[in-house]
Parts: sequence; structure tokens; C-alpha cells
Amino acid sequence: MSFEVDVSITRGRRRIAASFEAGPGITALFGRSGAGKTSVLDMIAGLVRPDRGRIAVDGRVLFNAAAGIDLRPEARGCGYVFQDYRLFPHMSVESNLRYGWRMAAPDARWIAFEQVVEFLGLAGLLSARPRRLSGGEAQRVAIGRALLSGARFLLMDEPLSSLDAARREEIMRVIERIRDELALPILYVSHDRREVERLAGQIVEMD
Amino acid sequence: MALAPNSISPEEWGIIWLSLKVSGAAMVATLPVGFALAWALARGRFPGRVLLDALVHLPLVLPPVVTGWLLLLSFGAQGLAGRWLAAMGVSVMFRWTGAALAASVMALPLMVRAIRLSLESVDRRLEAAARTLGASPLRVFATITLPLALPGVLAGMVLGFARSLGEFGATITFVSNIPGETQTLPLAIYAALQVPGQEGIVTRLALISVGLSLAALVASEVLTRRMGMRAHVL
Repeated sequence: MSFEVDVSITRGRRRIAASFEAGPGITALFGRSGAGKTSVLDMIAGLVRPDRGRIAVDGRVLFNAAAGIDLRPEARGCGYVFQDYRLFPHMSVESNLRYGWRMAAPDARWIAFEQVVEFLGLAGLLSARPRRLSGGEAQRVAIGRALLSGARFLLMDEPLSSLDAARREEIMRVIERIRDELALPILYVSHDRREVERLAGQIVEMD
Repeated sequence: MALAPNSISPEEWGIIWLSLKVSGAAMVATLPVGFALAWALARGRFPGRVLLDALVHLPLVLPPVVTGWLLLLSFGAQGLAGRWLAAMGVSVMFRWTGAALAASVMALPLMVRAIRLSLESVDRRLEAAARTLGASPLRVFATITLPLALPGVLAGMVLGFARSLGEFGATITFVSNIPGETQTLPLAIYAALQVPGQEGIVTRLALISVGLSLAALVASEVLTRRMGMRAHVL
């Protein structure tokens, strides 16, 4: 199983719970806004600590409340692609791309910098500052940055929602190529039924 | 021309130099303490935070003479800190280091405010992104938080420096008005005002004060703007 997730958390008066197992390819976490989809990604990334449960990816346990396992975010090997890109504004595109790569252990670097630049078509952007980028460009840089950090799986949080139709198509193709050519497990959060049906091999509904 | 370099006497240059030395030392000494306090106030969640906030701001509203008197009580021969320093063979009484200490205490609130604002304006979501990319908390601080907060930190240092240049009440109470040792620009102006016929000195030193303060404020505002901070530190 790529993803084994069984967690819950209480935030204020809301209880967010998710329990699913997913195979390789893209798994969509689908549901209305406010269902707690992002919280589930945050828990898998280690940014939010679940009250209880267990998280494993490709057989590697990232969190297990009962066994007292709670890997730090930097040790989880996750590539988190955010809705709002979150590029570092004080660094060039190239420095953004190399940020995680520099810290990754040499044997965790499964893709080369040049490969990512080529794959995502970033050659002309390397010296630019993030604020000069269009939404589609910024999202491609964010995806490249996640791949270069030595990610073993990707978490994508509504990666298309701040883009126009043409840019959506562009990023959607990139995601399909990651799925088909790089064979990286992806957990994909969306509230758009068409997007999910096109990309995902498996759909987990949250309510 | 009142401000032509050759019209400034060696004594006046000495006063300017002493002022810059005292303010520079105050700025350097305040920075680590100010940064730690700003960090605690911006990021910390602990009981007594409101009280700490108030204590840090106290020198801003307290009569400076009271601050000077409190420094005298703590760092004087009978004071706890004074006896501790004396055991190490150091005394700040009637020394330029004492003037720097007084300036430092008075500059602290301004510096803490500026640094705190800049830390609060750093997007925590960028820090979370850096963690997922493999950065330890310390690394996130060094590569994300600090560079993004840096203009605000520099603005805080410049403001602290400017505040130190203007420090009067606490200094004269704490370490008196000793030419060549504790007599900074404002104290020298005050002393010159007490003696008839010193208008030239007063004018020159006052103009220099205005120039230095203005330059510091402009520098701090430029740094704050570069940061894109809407809030003004003053």
C-alpha cells in the first residue's frame, strides 16, 4: 500500500477523521470545502499532530500514536505542493529549487537538478524572483522544489485552484507525467469532481 | 558657516565621537537581549507574556530620571549588579560604559518593537514549507525567518542607535555629566546652555544632533519599506 492513513484530530468543536488505504498512482482526497482535507495532508506531512492513529507511506511508519512514533516533518520525505505555492520570496527560482536538494542526503536525491529543469520547462526562469512568476510558473517551480528535496511521495493541496483554465491544463499535464513517468505516489486534495476523475486512480471521499 | 568642519573644535569632535561610541556600544549590547525578547513576545506562549511586554516598554513611559535612579540602585556600589561587576573588577559608574548601559535600557523598547513587528510579519506558512523540504527548526530560522526579518532587525538597530544618541535623563542621573567620559551630545548641549556666550557650540552640536537623528530615522523608514511592512515601528 502507498498510503495507510487512520487518524483523527479535534480542533475546537470540530472533529476531523480520515481512514483509508491507497495503492500506487494518484489518490484523490475529495470533499467539500471545510471537510478537513488540508488538515489530513498537514498530519501526513507532520505539520499537525493527530490526536490518535497511524500513518504509513510505502510501508514506512511516519506516525503511530500507540507506538510513540512521530517523525519530524523534515524526516518524512514528503513533497508538499501547496495551493499558494509558498516559494521563498528572498531567493531566486534556482535557490528555491535547490533548497531541499541541498539538505537531502546524497542517496535520497533520486532526480538531478537538470532533469527537473528540463522536465518542468524551468530553464528560462532560474534567475527570476518568485514574485515575477505567473501562477502556472510558480506552481511548476513549487513542484520542482518538492521533487528535488528527495521526496518519496507528494502531497498536493488544490494545486490548480488559483490558476486560470490554460494554466490548469498545463499543470494537470505535469501531474500526469509525474504519475506516469516518475511513478511517485501522490495524495491529491481537490473539491473539483472533473479534475479528480481525470487524474486519480482512486478516490477517497471526506465529509 | 556654522557646520564647516574646521569650525568644529577638537573638544566638539571628541563629544561627537564619544556619542557615537556610546550609542554604538548600546546598540550592539541591546541587540541580543532585544532579539530574544522580541522573539519571546512574537512567538512565545507563556504565562506572564503581557507583564513582560509591559516591562519591556516601561523605559518608554517612565520618567527617564526614574530609570536612571533605578540603574543607580542596581549598578551602584551597593547594588546587586554593581557588587557583582565589582567582584569582576568592572565598574560602570561615571564611565562611558555606564552611559552606554543607560542608553541601552532606553533604546530597548524601540528595538524590541521593530524586531517583533518584523518577526510577526514573517509568513509562518513559508516556515512550514521549509520544514517539509527537509530543514530542521534551526535551519528554518537561519535560512527563512532571519533573512525575511532582517530589514526589520536592521531598522530596529538604527532606531535604537538614534534613541541612544538622544538619551539624556537616565544618563545624567546614572553616570553624571563628565566631559570626555559620559558627556554625550545632549549632555554637552545642556552644559553649554548653562554658560553664557556658548551659543555657537550649542548651535553646532544641536545641528549635528538633528542631522544624525534625521539620517537614522530615514534609514529605519527605508529599511521598513523594503520589508513591505505596513505598520510603522514608531
